[in-house]
Amino acid sequence: MSEKKQGLKIALVGNPNAGKTSLFNQLTGLKQKVGNFPGVTMDKNFGFFKLPDGNSSIVIDLPGTYSIYPRSMDERVVFDVLSDSTSEDYPDIIIVIVDASTLERNLLLFTEVIDLGIPTILALNMVEVAQKENKSISVKALEKEFETKVVSINARQGLGIEKLKKALTEEINRPSKAFFEASSLSPEIIPVIKDKFNLENDYLAYQYAQQTYSKQFLSNDEKRFIADAKVKYNFCDRQFQTRETVERYQQIRERLKSVVVDKGIDTNETRSNKLDRILTHKVYGYLIFMIILFLLFQTIFKWAEPFMDMIDYGFAQLSFLTRQYLPEGALTNLIAEGIIPGLGGVLIFIPQIALLFCFISILEESGYMARVVFLMDKIMRRFGLNGKSVVPLISGVACAIPAIMATRNIESWKDRLITIFVTPFMSCSARLPVYAILIALVVPNRNVMGFFNLQGVVLMGMYLLGFLAAIFSALAMKYILKAKDRSYFIMELPIYRWPKWKNVWYTIFGKSKTFVLEAGKIILAISIILWVLASYGPGKKFDQAEEIVKKEMQINNIADSEYEKLLSAHKLEYSYAGLLGKSIEPAIRPLGYDWKIGIALITSFAAREVFVGTIATIYSVGADVEDESTIKDKLRAEINPKTGKPMYSLALGVSLLIFYAFAMQCMSTLAVVYRETKTWKWPILQLIYMSGVAYIGALIAYQLLK
Amino acid sequence: MRSLADLKPGEIGVVKSFNDEYLSLKLLEMGVLPGTVVEMKFAAPFGDPICIRVSGYNLSLRLDEAKTISLT
Repeated sequence: MSEKKQGLKIALVGNPNAGKTSLFNQLTGLKQKVGNFPGVTMDKNFGFFKLPDGNSSIVIDLPGTYSIYPRSMDERVVFDVLSDSTSEDYPDIIIVIVDASTLERNLLLFTEVIDLGIPTILALNMVEVAQKENKSISVKALEKEFETKVVSINARQGLGIEKLKKALTEEINRPSKAFFEASSLSPEIIPVIKDKFNLENDYLAYQYAQQTYSKQFLSNDEKRFIADAKVKYNFCDRQFQTRETVERYQQIRERLKSVVVDKGIDTNETRSNKLDRILTHKVYGYLIFMIILFLLFQTIFKWAEPFMDMIDYGFAQLSFLTRQYLPEGALTNLIAEGIIPGLGGVLIFIPQIALLFCFISILEESGYMARVVFLMDKIMRRFGLNGKSVVPLISGVACAIPAIMATRNIESWKDRLITIFVTPFMSCSARLPVYAILIALVVPNRNVMGFFNLQGVVLMGMYLLGFLAAIFSALAMKYILKAKDRSYFIMELPIYRWPKWKNVWYTIFGKSKTFVLEAGKIILAISIILWVLASYGPGKKFDQAEEIVKKEMQINNIADSEYEKLLSAHKLEYSYAGLLGKSIEPAIRPLGYDWKIGIALITSFAAREVFVGTIATIYSVGADVEDESTIKDKLRAEINPKTGKPMYSLALGVSLLIFYAFAMQCMSTLAVVYRETKTWKWPILQLIYMSGVAYIGALIAYQLLK
Repeated sequence: MRSLADLKPGEIGVVKSFNDEYLSLKLLEMGVLPGTVVEMKFAAPFGDPICIRVSGYNLSLRLDEAKTISLT
């Protein structure tokens, strides 16, 4: 990454909903990248642009926050970046973007930031919204009262951006004195910390004392030094923080008197309130939410289908061409059977993920998502979750990976952990192909009650089952987990706005890219390992597969056209994967599974949908995996050697359906959970718990229905 | 003592004090300060959480949290 060579470093800071993302997109266009903040697992969005004086600059988009006292993981990053002058992200200039329509509250963050002593520009956004609310704001007075450079912008329409860029090249005057005199609260401790850490700024030193333990870059000795000093000089964090916040607000209100003129009725508020009356109504509110959910499902499953088929077909062709044009050998096989299908297995989810995030970002941009959270909080709370858990749970229907990443704005660690833990129960799109084939196999295709298709009803039931497993697991965890921090729900309900399509597009682009890079690496690696396991085997039975199969074919008088299929089935049976399948057979026999299904369970660990492909190979359907009817016919014809009846009975089908609904068979999800919780404890517990539920569920189902 | 949770939709109150230090820090940051005027806007379908108007914007919070805010 070319992070080091660029010139001016700019940090973008602001309240949530203040238009930070719009401004970031306006400044950088598509020259954006996603990286990681050192030490934390937060995505760092940064981008590049040219300043009017020809110099280049890098801008970091910091997470939205209401103050520099952090509450959630997102917010912690803001203070870390702004307070560590040795960090590579430490900015030369800060732009604080401020929503003119809620100026007072937005300025709190501004005054905290400017007191840190870094040159700061105030970007005054949404003046037009304030005007609609009948408030007029004097930029001149704002500049004078707050002793700062103010640039009025319209981040949505891209107005004032050039002025802002120009302001970045000019000298920025520092205020004559700090907004809040930290030394008025604790005169003794500040010089001690300044001296020890070589700091120049009073407020920064004060913040070292306030936020000692959340600071990543302090060593334990340094933390202990500060903690001792706090005791010695009687530093009371919370009391001081209260006094600081109150004093800041008093000053802001005082200084704003000459800046804002309020002329009465707020038309925006009335419009938003009218909408809220419908959208949070006890009947219409839930009804509308249900309709939106239904549309979301339709979109993910129906609209994404043609694109997914195209990707699937494309990779199958690519695989085929590779075989044709590359010389025969192990490397060609690895590329054609391991790497290309592995890549295809990742990329095939892009249509669903893109559409999901299109939906979610429209809902978020418009302000509706906050209402969903508001509507659902009470219900979710009963189950140990939080209104904010709704978004991850819905996203989990497409893929647990982005869903788990979407839990970061939940402030309470306990709520967040529970949400992360139960989200993989939601039926993700990788389970769909498995459900589809099993349901088609064991559920009769007829109508119930006139017009409901029974197979469709069962499919819906599978989604419901996943959801129920998620919320009841959450309920159990609510009682088991000891909370270190308290859950609360103090959240802004932003006014309704039309979504900005450019922002929606950037979200889709960014999230898809992150998914491919993060999950893709792991899925690809596992696919290659599985390919090796399935393509190589020990002993004579594997090495002499060709002769053995030919001999068998002669004995049983089988047509030559079947040779390839029988050979690959034979090879798989005696490969390492096949041996593994056989070795786990005793454990899975109570569920009704044989070693063939055992192989499929093992290969499913890379991604669940591999089940279909593996089953196809085991029953030697041949290369054309996508032809579902062929697989179904083969499976239907399969006879259980012990009972003499069809292998794929209702009992086995249900047992497998339940197993796939509950089991944690996704390496990428485990990796993401590790990334988000920073310990292997949770992914391992998740693996054990989910597999346990799956095993017991499938066992009960099989034994009852057998 | 009357708290924010006692207000009916459309009613107005003035914040007097907080009885939960941890929550008060967050509330202060969000512009809910002693002396501030708050208006109860509406409640979610099961009566909880509620939405209030404060410092020129809409803020939602749970009833339990609203109970920690005493009004004059």
